[in-house]
Amino acid sequence: MLLPAGIFFTAFFLLPMARLFVIGGSGKMGWTAYAAIVTNGQYLRSLLSTLAVAAATTAATLVISGVAGIFLQRHRFPGSSVLVSLLTLPLAFPGVVIGFMVIMLAGRQGLIGDLARALTGETLVFAYSMAGLFMGYVYFSIPRVILTIMAAAEKLDPHLEEAARSLGASPWQVVRDVIIPGLTPAFLSSGAICFATAVGAFGTAFTLATRINVLPLTIYTEFTLSANIAMAATLSFVLGAITWAVLALARTAAGASVAAAG
Amino acid sequence: MRRRGALFWLQLAFTLLVCAFLIAPVVLSILAGITNNYLIGLRSGLTLRWVFEVWEGYRDTVFRSIGIALACLAATLALGVPAAYVLARCRSRLGRAIEELLVMPVAIPGLATALALIVAYGGVSGLRTSWGFILIGHVLFCLPFMVRSVLAVLGAIDLRTLEEGAASLGAGFWSRFVTIVLPNGRSGILAGSLMVVTLSMGEFNMTWLLHTPLTKTLPVGLADAYASLRLEVGSAYTLVFFMMIVPLLIGLQWLGQPRRQAYARPEGER
Repeated sequence: MLLPAGIFFTAFFLLPMARLFVIGGSGKMGWTAYAAIVTNGQYLRSLLSTLAVAAATTAATLVISGVAGIFLQRHRFPGSSVLVSLLTLPLAFPGVVIGFMVIMLAGRQGLIGDLARALTGETLVFAYSMAGLFMGYVYFSIPRVILTIMAAAEKLDPHLEEAARSLGASPWQVVRDVIIPGLTPAFLSSGAICFATAVGAFGTAFTLATRINVLPLTIYTEFTLSANIAMAATLSFVLGAITWAVLALARTAAGASVAAAG
Repeated sequence: MRRRGALFWLQLAFTLLVCAFLIAPVVLSILAGITNNYLIGLRSGLTLRWVFEVWEGYRDTVFRSIGIALACLAATLALGVPAAYVLARCRSRLGRAIEELLVMPVAIPGLATALALIVAYGGVSGLRTSWGFILIGHVLFCLPFMVRSVLAVLGAIDLRTLEEGAASLGAGFWSRFVTIVLPNGRSGILAGSLMVVTLSMGEFNMTWLLHTPLTKTLPVGLADAYASLRLEVGSAYTLVFFMMIVPLLIGLQWLGQPRRQAYARPEGER
């Protein structure tokens, strides 16, 4: 009964991926093309800025979702479930729509620009740059990270916090010594998903500007404008390897710390 | 009720701010889609003109996206539910390895998967130009969600004992699958189905490379509209998309509430 899925998966994923790998090594540069991502200045810059924006996104999202998620898990008040629904609503918005949301906020006719004009007299437009991309990635990472953190916070033993408090720990010490260690597996796994998604995302950057220098856009440009299929294949294979490795690493790390905690 | 401290209000304010960040652009784009001139604002009056314009120009993308999403649902049900069943029955190292493998299309960027499909099958002309090519990509991407969702439910019940009981009463494999596995996995199948339709409807990264001018899906049309049409039209198009996707997302949230999930399958208890 596993056979239909197995055949489909082999025919349309494993074989094409193998082909992609071979084509990646069949260009002008041969197999050294796989090193180009670090030896070629342009690709290296593109890789570094991709990793930088992904890292910044992950850090910002974990802080924002951590504060909001723990808060919503700990306090029930009228309207709190509506807040949870609203915060997780954009969960499955596609990248293009996220890009448009950034334009609505920080574009030429955007809300932030209008607010800035009202306050300072100058319109603030940053949607079509790295800052806009960062905002878009944070936007689509918040819902999924909040869900993971809320689920993990639910399982934390409240007695541990009470014990810490009764021993005289300040709220900050409780957060640092009880809550954050308890949530480490959730932070690791949702942070990895957040990082990997930001590294591989394409739609948001595509909507905002094709001149933002991130790896997925570089691949797209190689493929369409330069018709350099071999290079596009190489770069996307490397991109896939990066995101897969990040997720696998985090799973191992989170699994290990879960085991250690148990 | 105990008095809430300053910390509570600070956190509440922060959470509300995050919520505003997520929801404000949605509201703004809906408003822009029904405003005569967004630059002037609501003073210019409300209109459905842009929605009609989108409907005239992009109706085909709406129907194509629905069609692909339903076909994708059928395919992921046919491939994913049996696969999840097998994986639930044999929780071995091999089973977990297969699960890991099946999830790879989600871990790898859609751009890479789409390029791989193009280099492998782009030369098959009848396939390259049909929406079947997009469907293949969507099934690859959505299958893990169906498998995981069904597996989560089937993995939590003692299938082996239930099936042995039925087998000892003379039930064949097929009747066990239909009367035990499917009913017990119902909530997982439902959640997985909603997820698959939602994801397929919004998939862009792969579809952008796999589509041809004659096989545009809704998100592809959205990208077109954002790039070349006025803000109001892009917004109206987004509004059409929201009307299709938001009910699905609300359904997913509703299913995701554990209280209701437990309530929905009393017979699933051991």
